[in-house]
Amino acid sequence: MKHYDVVVVGAGPAGMACAINATKHGLTVLLVERDDFLGGQLIKQTHMFFGSEKQYAKTRGIDIATILKKELLKQDHVDIMLDTSALAIYDDKVITLLNHHDYIKVKANAIVVATGASEKVLAFPNNDLPGIYGAGAVQTLMNVHGVKPGKSVVMVGAGNIGLIVSYQLLQAGVDVKAVVEASDSIGGYLVHAQKLRRLGVPILTNHSVKEAHGATALEELIIWKLDENFSGIAGTEKRIETDTCCLSVGLKPSSEMLRQAGAEMTYVRSLGGYVPYINQNHETTVNNLFVCGDVSGIEEASSAMVEGFIVGLTLANRFKNVPNFSVLMTDLKTQLKDLRAGETGEHIMKGIKQIMRGDHHA
Amino acid sequence: MNEKDIIVCRCSDISLYDLKKLMEQGYTSFVELKQIARIGMGPCQGRTCSLLVLKELAKFLDVPFETLTPPTVRPTMSALKLKMIAKGKNNEEQR
Repeated sequence: MKHYDVVVVGAGPAGMACAINATKHGLTVLLVERDDFLGGQLIKQTHMFFGSEKQYAKTRGIDIATILKKELLKQDHVDIMLDTSALAIYDDKVITLLNHHDYIKVKANAIVVATGASEKVLAFPNNDLPGIYGAGAVQTLMNVHGVKPGKSVVMVGAGNIGLIVSYQLLQAGVDVKAVVEASDSIGGYLVHAQKLRRLGVPILTNHSVKEAHGATALEELIIWKLDENFSGIAGTEKRIETDTCCLSVGLKPSSEMLRQAGAEMTYVRSLGGYVPYINQNHETTVNNLFVCGDVSGIEEASSAMVEGFIVGLTLANRFKNVPNFSVLMTDLKTQLKDLRAGETGEHIMKGIKQIMRGDHHA
Repeated sequence: MNEKDIIVCRCSDISLYDLKKLMEQGYTSFVELKQIARIGMGPCQGRTCSLLVLKELAKFLDVPFETLTPPTVRPTMSALKLKMIAKGKNNEEQR
């Protein structure tokens, strides 16, 4: 059985950043990725990022993936396994992996779960008709495989993902008929919303899907207005002819593996779902089991990266001495704090307070 | 609105109608629903359906969502054949 200092599960922004920092400071690292490419959701992001220069602001997500990849491949002590799913984490820090048909056991001193998030779904009549997609699937079709998902689309959800994907659909020549949003305001950045509005796409707040119709695939969508309790108001129905409906109704942390590993978890609405209790170093209640990125609360790629760097540095300093540790750590913590300034950050900080403990290992 | 057309668990093809029927019969925890109807036991392993099912349970029981017990997660995270584990015995012999 191969033995590494650190096994990182998931090669998105958080996992890659973590692997870079851990191995840069002398640790042996195995980075495991289910997909056959590095970068996670970054490679679907054709828009430029916000944040500060340290998190590659003004750079397109796909280019950030390339930057991280180059940095990672420069390192000597990192093994990368693509097309590999992590199956389970055991008490003795053995982690089992599946690469095609090969079942592989690996031992680690520490395991970092950076499995990101998955999409929430919506329950409405005929929600299983072909043509109804999650926003992630639409991005994969368009931005990874170059396939148009349909001729026209109704986007459900006006958060950043819904707005950005709507714009990308327009760029791909798909007729975006409307963006519907259940709450009374647009959740995403107004710059993204304004781009859509300038191109004549209506953004309907207080609206949701009532039902979908179609013989063998989606043909029309019925939307309606919602009252203050998010119940549909009869008589307000509108019929939209469309072959595609894209659901962008939020993400939830893909934290199942942490529960399997025995980490104490709790449900935090503002973080998107079930998340682990963590300490300042992002260590869960299981000794040497760490988290970074969306798996411990839905945020953005920028903060996922910084969290990854923090965990990587923490591990490096735990197993080897990092001479300028406190300077490096203070810089990273400041970056994270700056990213969480503002209204959205406040909301996230409230959630993080619910899971942050002084030190559950003391 | 026909609740038979609202799919809650795609893997096991369970509709909202089916789910409500099960809850009325007294299966009012995720683990019971899992055992009786295989909800959360398909390829998605509950990743897609669990929040929808828990939301319906909270509504039915009239309790806050946060008080419900989510599904237990056991190894392995995805399905694999026993043959694969058996073939993996060489794992022990490497250093």
